[in-house]
Order: sequence, then structure tokens, then C-alpha cells
Amino acid sequence: MTDLLTTPLHALHLELGAKMVPFAGYEMPVQYPAGIMAEHLHTRAKAGLFDVSHMGQVILTGEDVAAGFEALVPMDVIGLAEGRQRYGLFTDPDGGILDDLMFANRGDHLFVVVNAACKDDDIAHMQAALKGVTVTPVRDRALIALQGPAAEGVLAGLAPSVAGMRFMDVATVELEGAACWVSRSGYTGEDGYEISVPAESAEALARRLLAHEDVMPIGLGARDSLRLEAGLCLYGHDIDGGTLPTEAGLAWAIQKVRRRGGAREGGFPGAEAVLDQIEAGPERRRVGLLPEGRAPMREGVEIYRDAEGGKPVGRITSGGFGPSVGGPVAMGYVPAALAEQGTRLFGEVRGKRLPVTVHALPFVAPGFKR
Amino acid sequence: MKFTEEHEWLLEEGDLIVVGITEYAAEQLGDIVFVELPEEGTEVTKDDEIVVIESVKAASDILAPLDGEIVEVNSALVDNPAKVNEDPMGDGWFFKIRPSDLSPMDDYMDDAGYKDFIGD
Repeated sequence: MTDLLTTPLHALHLELGAKMVPFAGYEMPVQYPAGIMAEHLHTRAKAGLFDVSHMGQVILTGEDVAAGFEALVPMDVIGLAEGRQRYGLFTDPDGGILDDLMFANRGDHLFVVVNAACKDDDIAHMQAALKGVTVTPVRDRALIALQGPAAEGVLAGLAPSVAGMRFMDVATVELEGAACWVSRSGYTGEDGYEISVPAESAEALARRLLAHEDVMPIGLGARDSLRLEAGLCLYGHDIDGGTLPTEAGLAWAIQKVRRRGGAREGGFPGAEAVLDQIEAGPERRRVGLLPEGRAPMREGVEIYRDAEGGKPVGRITSGGFGPSVGGPVAMGYVPAALAEQGTRLFGEVRGKRLPVTVHALPFVAPGFKR
Repeated sequence: MKFTEEHEWLLEEGDLIVVGITEYAAEQLGDIVFVELPEEGTEVTKDDEIVVIESVKAASDILAPLDGEIVEVNSALVDNPAKVNEDPMGDGWFFKIRPSDLSPMDDYMDDAGYKDFIGD
């Protein structure tokens, strides 16, 4: 076991009294003294500051970088306008999801953000597959997310131009004297920004943001409950190499131009399997699941069609307590025939079958500025 | 008041023992969102898993600290599990047990012993 890595905000987390845990090879704050519940609710009410510097930031350059990148993802990269960002997926030869990611057209390059746990594999995957494209991991920048309805007001106090950005816009913005790469996006279902900041300027920027009365530091615990209520997938849990995009409810991320009959149909790993499933429909679907009682249903809970007997028909892939919902929330996979909203199923918790209802995702209304 | 290594506190109340979890345990667990209590009248054996508590982070069990009968449970916790965080040593108690064998009490820690145990 190697030593845990730390982010440029590590000392600040300790100073703020964070409880630190190992996560994807890094020592990261799971919560601060306020606790997960208060941090979650504060983010939905005002604004939360998250250190997500453990995620992988990568720059892709080269003459035909957009066309090159399309060989790895089923997304429309060529058609993405400069200054815009898109959600994407790396697929494997069977169409399974290797990772989910964000990519932005930054004019002379693509900027890609991938999951911490997958970043080494993703970088190797891109380096091996992208001919004529230079893959440069960005190791000298932190990544900070400012999320919640007050995020715009807080960040605009440092740089008024950010108020004019729309959801998924990307721009270089000077914050506290540092050239930051700002996107209007996040992982909470709230309006907000993700800010790539030079490592040496990260702590000063974080302190400046935290000095605002509306901003509270938020740990990975609340990050998880926020994204769960927002219906967003966590790689390695809700999606993985055994999951195709359509059954995961992610077909919306595959633009028409890459689908059957599109101008640039296929041409990514596992295209046949992925496009077949879009046309035929999946046998199972990722759905929201709302347990009826107060008992949380966590990852691994098996789903049954009936209150007694029978074999499991599905499984919960993420679940816990939703502070904004005020009760347990979960998501998981069920057969397509049982995926309709309102379908009543049962989750087995500690040997007891408890009722759970298929529910629309997200569980809370998104706050994006479109 | 006595303490177990499972971070329960035990308080004698007449011929009953009131059981809850310590402030230290409540803080370690984080925000508690679900409590499942045994039925009143249940006969339990020491180390039976009789209470389930779930925090936003994880599920854990409370073990019966003694043999005996559960004579009363704090059913207010079912609708308001946060009481355990707010007042773990008072209103956040879990159950009262009529012990049939008090001898394990001698092995449980006193206040100073427990403080030592949690490294306070």
C-alpha cells in the first residue's frame, strides 16, 4: 500500500476540522464539523465548496483532436462549440462503460475531466488510442466546485463575468489573480461552477470563497447524497464495465450524429452493442427507487417483485438517506417491464422485504441555469 | 453509570437498566436517520443484536449488554432519530431492560475507564 496522495487544499481541510478518509488513493474530507446532513442542506439552500482535486484533469491537443476523441466516445465532439462542455463516456469493445467524464472545447484544445479512481487507466487508454493527439495530464492544478443557488452571486463577487455563463459554458476567468478554467456545471443537481485553479493559488481562492457568509465547506459524504438525490451516476457503483449507456439511462448523452443513420454513425469502441441497445431497448433499466418506510436501502440490497418468495429481479446500486427528500432514496437496476414509474417492488433489508416504489430521477428539481 | 466497549451506557433505574449510546459514539456515527427497536417484552441474551441504527453514512447494531427482558423502548426515536445525536445520554436512550443476570456489570467500565478507553 502506497502512501495516500493529498490535494493542494489538504492543510485547509485539517484546519477546518474535516474528518479525512482514504478515497481513490487520496486522503479526502468526508465531512466537516457541521456534518453531512447540514452540509447537504446548506448546499441546496446557499452554496457549498467542494475540493475535487483528486479528479483527473487532462488536456488533449493535436490537429484533429475532436475527430480523434470521437474514436473513444459515442458523443458529438466535432459539433461541440468552442466554450461549451459536454458529458461523455469511454466505452469498451463490448459497449460497457469504462468511465464517465466531462469534455470541453477550449478552442485550441479539449479539456477533459475524469474520475479519480479511473484517471490512470483513462490516461493510458487515451495515450494508446489517440494517434496524432498529445495527451497531457494536468498535475499542477486543483479543482474546486462551488455549488448551490448562491454560487453565482458569490463567484460573481470575484469576477462579474461568471454571472453571464450558461449551464455547461466554459471560460478562462481571473479569480484572485489566478487564471482559472471555469465551467458552469457540477455534480449536485444545483446551479454552480467547477473551477480549475493553479495549485499554488488554490488555497487563497478557497479561503476567499469560504469567507463569504453563504459558503460552507462540503465533504465527500454530502457530495454523495447530493448527487444521489440529483439522480447522477457514480462510476463503479451505478455504471461500470458491465453497463451499457442505454440501460443506465444515459442514451441522451449520445447525440443523433453518432447514432444509426447519423452522419458520423458509430466509430467508437463497442458501437454495435451500444447502438443495438438504443434501437432494441434494454432488458433492464436504471431507475430511482423510493423506499416507503424510514429504513435506508443501500448499495447491494436486492429487489424482489413480490413481498414473499421468488428470486431477486434487481439490485440497488446507490442508496442512503436523502436529506432534502427527508427520507431514504436509492437507485438501481430493474427489468424493463418493471421500470415504469409507480411500480411497487420490494427491497430485502436485514431479511425483511420492505416496499419500494419506482420513482422518476432526479428526486429533487435541478437548479441549472440553462 | 457503566460503559461497554461497544460504546453503550448503562444506568440503573430501580430494578431496570436504561441503555443508550455515548456522546462519543453518536458523534462518530454522524447524523442518525433510522432507528429500529426491539418489541417490548422480548427476552434477550447478552450480545444479541437488538437495535439497528443507521446514520447517513452506515448501518450499525446495538448489542444487548445483559440477559433479560426488554420492558420499555424509546419509541419517540422511530419518528425522530435525530434525538440520538441531540441528547445521546438523555432523551436519546434506546431501551430499558430487566436483567436476569447482573454479573456482566462488574466487567463494564466506569466513567474514568471509558474516558481512558476512547483516549479522551
